Amino acid sequence: MVFLEAGFSSPRNDAFPAGLRVLVVDDDPTWLKILEKMLKKCSYEVTTCGLARDALNLLRERKDGYDIVISDVNMPDMDGFKLLEHVGLEMDLPVIMMSVDGETSRVMKGVQHGACDYLLKPIRMKELRNIWQHVFRKKIHEVRDIESLEGFENIQLTRSGCDLFDDGHFLGGDDTTSGRKRKDADNRHEDRDLTDPSTKKARVVWTVDLHQKFVKAVNLIGFDKVGPKKILDLMNVPRLTRENVASHLQKYRLYLSRLQKESDIKNSFNGMKLSDPPSKDSTASFGLHKPMNTVPDDVLNGTYSFSVNKSLAQSVDLKGQADRNGITSVPMAEPKGALSKDIPDSHKTKSSQMSFDHSLGSVDSGVSFATFGSTDPSQYSWTEIPEIQFKQEYESFQPENGFNQLPLPEPSMIEKEVKRSRTEVKPLFDEYRSNLVEHLSPADLVGLFPVQGKNQTLKNQAFDPISATKSTMKTKDISQNCLADSEFAQRNLNAAGIGVPLASLSEDLQICWLQGDGYPMNFALQDFECSEYHDPALIAETPFYLYDAPRFDHEHLLDPTEYFAIDQGLFV
Amino acid sequence: MDLVQLQRQLVEYRTSLYHEGFLDAQFTQLQELQDENNPDFVVEVVSLFFEDSERLLNELTTALEQQSVDFKRVDAHVHQLKGSSSSIGAQRVQKVCIAFRNYCEEKNVEGCLKCLQQVKHEYSLVKTKLESMFQLEQQILSAGGSIPM
Repeated sequence: MVFLEAGFSSPRNDAFPAGLRVLVVDDDPTWLKILEKMLKKCSYEVTTCGLARDALNLLRERKDGYDIVISDVNMPDMDGFKLLEHVGLEMDLPVIMMSVDGETSRVMKGVQHGACDYLLKPIRMKELRNIWQHVFRKKIHEVRDIESLEGFENIQLTRSGCDLFDDGHFLGGDDTTSGRKRKDADNRHEDRDLTDPSTKKARVVWTVDLHQKFVKAVNLIGFDKVGPKKILDLMNVPRLTRENVASHLQKYRLYLSRLQKESDIKNSFNGMKLSDPPSKDSTASFGLHKPMNTVPDDVLNGTYSFSVNKSLAQSVDLKGQADRNGITSVPMAEPKGALSKDIPDSHKTKSSQMSFDHSLGSVDSGVSFATFGSTDPSQYSWTEIPEIQFKQEYESFQPENGFNQLPLPEPSMIEKEVKRSRTEVKPLFDEYRSNLVEHLSPADLVGLFPVQGKNQTLKNQAFDPISATKSTMKTKDISQNCLADSEFAQRNLNAAGIGVPLASLSEDLQICWLQGDGYPMNFALQDFECSEYHDPALIAETPFYLYDAPRFDHEHLLDPTEYFAIDQGLFV
Repeated sequence: MDLVQLQRQLVEYRTSLYHEGFLDAQFTQLQELQDENNPDFVVEVVSLFFEDSERLLNELTTALEQQSVDFKRVDAHVHQLKGSSSSIGAQRVQKVCIAFRNYCEEKNVEGCLKCLQQVKHEYSLVKTKLESMFQLEQQILSAGGSIPM
């Protein structure tokens, strides 16, 4: 029976929905008592919590102890939406939001964060009687996913590895509905990307258990040192590939960074602190821990800390850096080697991942994104950047990914990559997107991507300032650094395109943003036209590299590990 | 007063509270939730409401006494008060909270102070009325009768 498969405990199966295990979280003691009573009247098993933290602890302690969570939106210790994200990401349980405030914007936010329902207080009994449907719905979907997974012979890292993004990966906040949408998108992607008949892409379903194994592994390793390979080894799950893990890691980072968003928003650009020059192995750099305070220099290098927008920035940076700094050039050399080791799977993967080669970091520190533009001032003029590619890419992406990834820079380069990796642009979360947008503040970008704010087309902003900055940048050594390796850049571009927070990929993933052709910094910019094809939020993402641009400090050279956390899969 | 009279008095009193807007349908829901398992459910919930509200009213008073009023904080408290008053159906209190929040948004100290006074007044009214009602119920129960619905 589906319930059994779905993991319902047997005693409850027969009586379902009776015995449904509900966790209620509300700081209002009066409501907590009332809800408890009402739920008990529905024959549900109720646990109450006055604090969001307590709720999370309870959920973590008893992984399979609850079927559904009902939470108030306004709580003193933690925003209800944050709790929602956590639950979605860590436990993948349906969450219902409640509030006495029924404003459309709030309700919308709830849905965006993944709530499967939003109830207005005062809550009636009849509304609570039907909450079991959300649990049931989720179970059905899980079963479907598992079945689809089993249908595949092997798990293949798609070219870009993006596919993994699409799988039932639940990113924080992206709950049932979006998750389902994603899954659909994934399916589409898979079909599309499966150009090679010989290889099949198996979609990995990140079930609650799997994710928990993942999180455990991450915590064991230590977030700073985490990397797909290490995680994979610790997880010890057959059929799971490093790419699967890498892609999941990226999402996880995004999610974590989003959590930091609030504090980092303002600083995102500036905050992109680049961690210490990327060391080959410093996967950790992504910065989850590092709030991005000052974007520029550091950012490029790798502060791609997750902080929400940071991720964006990161991605941006990565790209930018790669391109700019010549880093690409330098790393190129290394990456090749590195890549090869890193990319055990296939050539494809290699390309996608490569960029993140640590070498990037090793490249002159000056590589900072600024280098992007430095080489060629004209490049910066984003306005000129033909949207073409990105646009196309994006458009195609859009439907599939809720995630409007930032347009990949350098249409030319990206185009190829993007196309391949189109699927990658998985919509991490719309939220991420919006976060990104927020983070990109023109000022920070130093002209790179003035992406700012919400929905500003990059075009407008970024281009002008960028041009200006570019010239300065150019003078910096960036030019030399960056564009050294066109090939490299290309690869990077693809990766960069994703704009996904470059979770610090393990050494493997270093994304070499370097774009081949002298990196027109445009790459990212060009697509900023993205606004046209996708909402500005997306654009915001791209500028990641842009963020770093201001930094242009070559010293920072991206820490490949950091920047490119972007899953190679993403780009390719 | 005999039992029947007491019971009639209770019903009348309760009806008037609804008519005067002190209580709304939510309160009826609470009463319906009460059963043999929780014979004192309504009283318990209402007591929780009293405790929480008094705390919030104190916080509001403090917040509005500040030199530079933190409207976000004031708004948060009012929001909470609105939420808990909705839990027992204290309609009039809830209505004042709505107006109160508008003043917060406008950062209007005068308006807020006025609303604070109003909400305190409404709160004490509903508190008195509910306590009277509970007393009547107790009397009925002590007289061996049952509470009419």
